[in-house]
Amino acid sequence: MESKVLEHSKASEVFNKDKERVGWHDETLWFVRSKRDKAAHNIPDWELLRSTASNIKHNVLSNMHDYLVEFEKNALANGVHVHWAADAEEHNKIVHGIIAKHGVTRMVKSKSMLTEECHLNDYLAKNGVEVIDTDLGERIVQLRDEPPSHIVLPAIHLKKEDVGETFHIHLGTEKGNKDPQYLTEAARHHLRETFLTRKIALTGVNFAVAQTGEFVVCTNEGNADMGAHLADVHIACMGFEKLIPRREHLGVFLRLLARSATGQPITTYSSHFKKPREGQEMHIVIVDNGRSTQLGREDFRNSLKCIRCGACMNTCPVYRRSGGHSYHNAVAGPIGSILAPNLDMRKNADLPFASTLCGSCSNVCPVKIDIHDQLYKWRQVIVKEGYATTSKKLGMGAMTFTLSNPAIYQTGGKVGRWFMRNIPFVVNNGLNPWFKNREMPEPPKESFREWYLNNKKS
Amino acid sequence: MRVGLFIPCYVDQFYPQIGVATLELLEKLGCEVHFPLNQTCCGQPMANSGFEHLTGGCNSLFIDNFEGFDYIVCPSGSCTLHIKEHLHEEKREEKASTIRKRVYELTEFLTDVLKVENLEANFPHRVGLHQSCHGQRGLKLAQMSELNAPFFSKPEQLLKQVKQLDLVSLSRKDECCGFGGTFCVTEEAISVRMGQDRVKDHEDKNVEFITGGDMSCLMHLEGILRRQQSPVKVIHIAEILNSTVK
Ligand code: SF4
Repeated sequence: MESKVLEHSKASEVFNKDKERVGWHDETLWFVRSKRDKAAHNIPDWELLRSTASNIKHNVLSNMHDYLVEFEKNALANGVHVHWAADAEEHNKIVHGIIAKHGVTRMVKSKSMLTEECHLNDYLAKNGVEVIDTDLGERIVQLRDEPPSHIVLPAIHLKKEDVGETFHIHLGTEKGNKDPQYLTEAARHHLRETFLTRKIALTGVNFAVAQTGEFVVCTNEGNADMGAHLADVHIACMGFEKLIPRREHLGVFLRLLARSATGQPITTYSSHFKKPREGQEMHIVIVDNGRSTQLGREDFRNSLKCIRCGACMNTCPVYRRSGGHSYHNAVAGPIGSILAPNLDMRKNADLPFASTLCGSCSNVCPVKIDIHDQLYKWRQVIVKEGYATTSKKLGMGAMTFTLSNPAIYQTGGKVGRWFMRNIPFVVNNGLNPWFKNREMPEPPKESFREWYLNNKKS
Repeated sequence: MRVGLFIPCYVDQFYPQIGVATLELLEKLGCEVHFPLNQTCCGQPMANSGFEHLTGGCNSLFIDNFEGFDYIVCPSGSCTLHIKEHLHEEKREEKASTIRKRVYELTEFLTDVLKVENLEANFPHRVGLHQSCHGQRGLKLAQMSELNAPFFSKPEQLLKQVKQLDLVSLSRKDECCGFGGTFCVTEEAISVRMGQDRVKDHEDKNVEFITGGDMSCLMHLEGILRRQQSPVKVIHIAEILNSTVK
């Protein structure tokens, strides 16, 4: 895996140079969060729905083995080919194997964060297969050769001007035309042609039902259906945590998913796939890629309950102001920061620290993942495993020493002086990041302790 | 009622007037208040940076200082939450557990234990309330905007008792200010931007003061206000609740 990445703090410093854009990004996502609030507050049983979903997923995580076996058995009986992939590489090989068998070099793909996680597009490109992303947002970032910056709204970091420019370069739209209607129409034509000529379609999976072996894909654009219905071969890729026990549980999850994601009562298309139609071939690739390890980490296993609604990103005040790319991981934002260290602790050591631990993420999460508590716990793990930067370690040592020793704390000198030297946020020198955009607090004449001794202590 | 006054280290060193206001207020309301002299810090700055394993010394010290009180009261939601969630000591776990149960943030102590309904306070100003996250989402001092649940707010309940105080409603009533402990320097750009946005929300509502229960957040907002040479001032809620007509 790649090792050199720009840390979140540095990347978001760059993102923050354009103040106006940051403001716009923040407002746009806050708008989505507000829509989510409205939708959630319109359902009297919302909080009950969340705990129900959380409990169902709890059951799934505790019985993963049995549900996987049940799902495979039923899917096979439905005439679906089932593949198992231990990691990203195996997943990519399996997908490529299916494509190669059919002698095809072009494929359509609807949104799948799993394939982003596995870097499938790159792998297939290297092997001579061209992938066209058919989700509009995904297609925009694909044309720009960028990863998605958000799991539900892949191009949310782009303004319509940016999209106009991208389409002008790649699809030959008029220069300077940023009218959303015009641009969508252009994308529609471009994609329609693609849909009609592709023999293989790959989709993600939102929910896989153990009881029936079927799976559900949610999109707003209908692009998953369009791809899958027109193609001779349908490949569906899923992380193993997408399982739910029974069909009736969809009634819980579908109600939560769209409301949490965008504030819609339901996604425009919730497509159920059970068996291949006459003459079609259907494959399901079930992927582990670190999930078993995460399942074995007691403090972090609940992160596998995630249904990828993106609500934690929309509400996160840090995400809204750093943009998804600052997280250098397929899944950005709070959930990304608790999933990523499991995949590569060294590379992602910065992510659990890219949070104020405000806790808003845990409150919006439809499956009640204790996201901010897990961020705190990852910090402890990362430091213990030795991935904290040395300077941080030294500073902390000195700080703990003094703060555990009242005599030293009290004789540290004049009021505020020890603090000014040692506490990270008030270190009194011009190089301190605090000082770049903020004034220092002014040390008072006496500390509270001194005041107390002078005025109260009898 | 014997109350141990727990004053966060940075308040002790930089904002003694908050300690004074808290102590005076509690005494006015009939508590017997003691300030254990050997207290330093709850250990939160280390723990939130991933160094909880280094906080043993702070924990022992905290138990030494605060065992035996009926209540422990602190004018900071964040430090209170840290003690409530993380104070442990193997050899004295029972004592640690008692302390965890007896530690209260100032406003919840006033509303839930003392059940204050009539404060003799007066503050003739336009004020915005900054809900610090650890107090709000951690200690549940107020209802959180994310949840579909009935409204309540302990700090507002108290501010409403202050005569002549004009409390504004903000457009984002519980958005984080971006202080976040060491986050404020390790993620400087985001921290500052979050603080600037918070400040603007208050300024748009023409407040004279921003108040709140956590001076750490207010210190961060104050740093931004002063750099921007804004006339808006910050003031800890203890100072408002303790203010009388002069
Ligand atoms: S962690 Fe929760 S809020 Fe975030 S994407 Fe997953 S399900 Fe949605």
